[in-house]
Amino acid sequence: MLNWGNFVSQLFNGVVLGALLALIASGLTIIYGTLGVLNLAHGAMFMLGGYAGWLAYSYTGSFLVAVIAGSAFVLLVGVIIERVIIRSFYGRPHEDQLLVTFGIGIVMVEAARFFFGSLSKTVPPPSGLVGIVDLGFMMYPTYRLALLAIVAVALIVLYVILYRTRLGMIVRAGIEDSGMVDALGINVHKVFMLVFGIGAMAAGFAGIVNAPVVSVSPDVGEAILVQTFVVVVIGGVGSFPGAVLGGLIAGEIISITSMFNPGYAYVMLFAAMTLVLVLRPYGLLGVAGRE
Amino acid sequence: MTIEFDRNGVSRRVLLRAGAGLAGTALAPGMIIPVFAEDKPAMGTWPAGSKGDTVTIGAAVPRTGAYAAQGEDELKGMELAVQHINEGHELIKKIAPKVSKGVLGKKVALVVADSGAKPNNAVQAQQRFINENKIVAMTGSTSSAVAVALNKFADREKILYLVAISGSNDTTGKDCARYSFRQCFYGETAANAIGPVLLKTFGKDKKAAFMTPDYTYGHTVTKSMSEYLAKHGGWKMVTNQISPLGTSDFSQYLTNIANSGAEFIVNVNWGRDAVLSVQQAKQFGLTPKMKMVIPYQIPFLAKETGAELTEGVFAATDFWWTLGDKYPLAKMFVEAFSKKYGYMPEWGANNAYMQFATWARMVSEAGSFYPPDVIKQYEKGETFASTVGDVHFRPEDHQLVRPVIIVRGKAPKDMKNKEDYWDVVEVVPGAPLMQKPDAFGCKLGSYT
Repeated sequence: MLNWGNFVSQLFNGVVLGALLALIASGLTIIYGTLGVLNLAHGAMFMLGGYAGWLAYSYTGSFLVAVIAGSAFVLLVGVIIERVIIRSFYGRPHEDQLLVTFGIGIVMVEAARFFFGSLSKTVPPPSGLVGIVDLGFMMYPTYRLALLAIVAVALIVLYVILYRTRLGMIVRAGIEDSGMVDALGINVHKVFMLVFGIGAMAAGFAGIVNAPVVSVSPDVGEAILVQTFVVVVIGGVGSFPGAVLGGLIAGEIISITSMFNPGYAYVMLFAAMTLVLVLRPYGLLGVAGRE
Repeated sequence: MTIEFDRNGVSRRVLLRAGAGLAGTALAPGMIIPVFAEDKPAMGTWPAGSKGDTVTIGAAVPRTGAYAAQGEDELKGMELAVQHINEGHELIKKIAPKVSKGVLGKKVALVVADSGAKPNNAVQAQQRFINENKIVAMTGSTSSAVAVALNKFADREKILYLVAISGSNDTTGKDCARYSFRQCFYGETAANAIGPVLLKTFGKDKKAAFMTPDYTYGHTVTKSMSEYLAKHGGWKMVTNQISPLGTSDFSQYLTNIANSGAEFIVNVNWGRDAVLSVQQAKQFGLTPKMKMVIPYQIPFLAKETGAELTEGVFAATDFWWTLGDKYPLAKMFVEAFSKKYGYMPEWGANNAYMQFATWARMVSEAGSFYPPDVIKQYEKGETFASTVGDVHFRPEDHQLVRPVIIVRGKAPKDMKNKEDYWDVVEVVPGAPLMQKPDAFGCKLGSYT
């Protein structure tokens, strides 16, 4: 028996979850597309954004400051990590890159645990966004609605950076053929550093704006990382529109399956990923031959 | 290393053969045979583990993942117990009178590994402790999946296992083990203790949504709870939302509950999953309109969600620090713990402390580290003092007979201090809450 009210509610849930996944995945996908490095510390960046934001919040009491501080801090961390560690790994095999980013992730998670403990930290939503809205078909937390808007805006900003700026042009060119970009005399290193920073910041930003929904703990990025990978694979590696589409698809699969039996939500998600890998190995909006 | 191993191997085999005959006669009904140390075959880490001046206990607790906060708390209880055993603290002596600066003249040491609440990690860590530290006992678990795995491992390796937090009926039910002992309450006793309180407070024929983590703990607690409420009060389970351990976004589950017509949410989720589901149920406006019930209390729940969200919530638990008013040993424990760690202990810490103290009692009373001797000491079922009054073990399934504490969340304005989250509503005596020892299929394994 299909409960239509529940179905529409779950569809909507899927959009909200999907948008968040899209934002995190877009960070992962532009880093991989441009630098060729699969960043396994991406989940830790998400976590780090949450903690930096929470810290800023507990000193200032301002959600806006928390969001800015959280994102800026992760941007900085991203830039430093690229400059100090990742850069020495561009010429090395993928396995080394996986290991080093995996290691960076572990260090960051354990550092958070060391400084802040295992009890989760809560960042309340800004006072105007507390409460519940009646959407007609369901009651929905006001902040989650706002979150959808916030994430949509962030995705638009990312789109503008990628498609309407010189940096974005270089990044997109780099995704197609970074060797050629280098040969054209563009300082690829500087661009790489920025791309890594911005990609990390997308995760960090998501981490802090999601903190009022899922309180922050050292492991908060772990599950997100796995889902984000699935999104990137479904959407197509290196494709920003792919990340958005993949995110929404993943969100809907999880939500709609949950309506029937939540136990199968992830089974269906991975089944969808497998299907994409078989039928379109480079992802829905990916381009064949991209590394 | 290799040579030593060979020598042990030979002597072990010889001893085993000699011991098999002895054990056979010793087990013959009605016969009492004096047992000397040299008659006992080497088994597990015995006697190597207790040859030196220190004996070691291996703990595999979750320090990462959804149960990390509870694992850390549990670990603190263990550390305090070890300290008390080694200094012959008066609290330990009330539980284990023969302890004096150690157990049987040996100091106790603790080695710790992170299990991440994953059975494989826990078993691997304990295997390493057996090989490297020759541990005489192992402990840890905040997940019944880990407890059940260590139960089987304990029987196989012949190492005592002091179950830490484990709420599944199976731990002393169908997956019980000769080498394992559980101190804390579990699904069946929780349901039988909190059920009457719920029916008395809210009446009959209600509709409840269940939130169940997808493993042995969740399924058995949900079963016990729903059966009690259905049988005695005609409550109906309108939906059962099963989520994997470690879920962070419960929006899908809560949406289903919102559309289920439930009046109550029986939330069996645990650890961080419980914190997040309680917070998000509030965000979605389900609570306080729907009443939240927590059949298996989570340490730090109120501290993490804030008292606003646990106000009026009924929960069944193992221990709450205000029991110090009722039980002198609880008072001593709470004082010692809060002095050392700067916060009031939660039930995981109390349970861990009591498990260690009880082990020290059994070993010192038995006068031996030889595992079958210690197990038989537990199985005498003698009454001893604990932080929740007099308790004893059931020899048939190795479950402690102990009260279950029913608490209700205080309103923030009623809290006398910042850790005064719960009111103790009732202390329900344990024996009548328990199923018959064989009702859940417990068959203990062999001693040797």
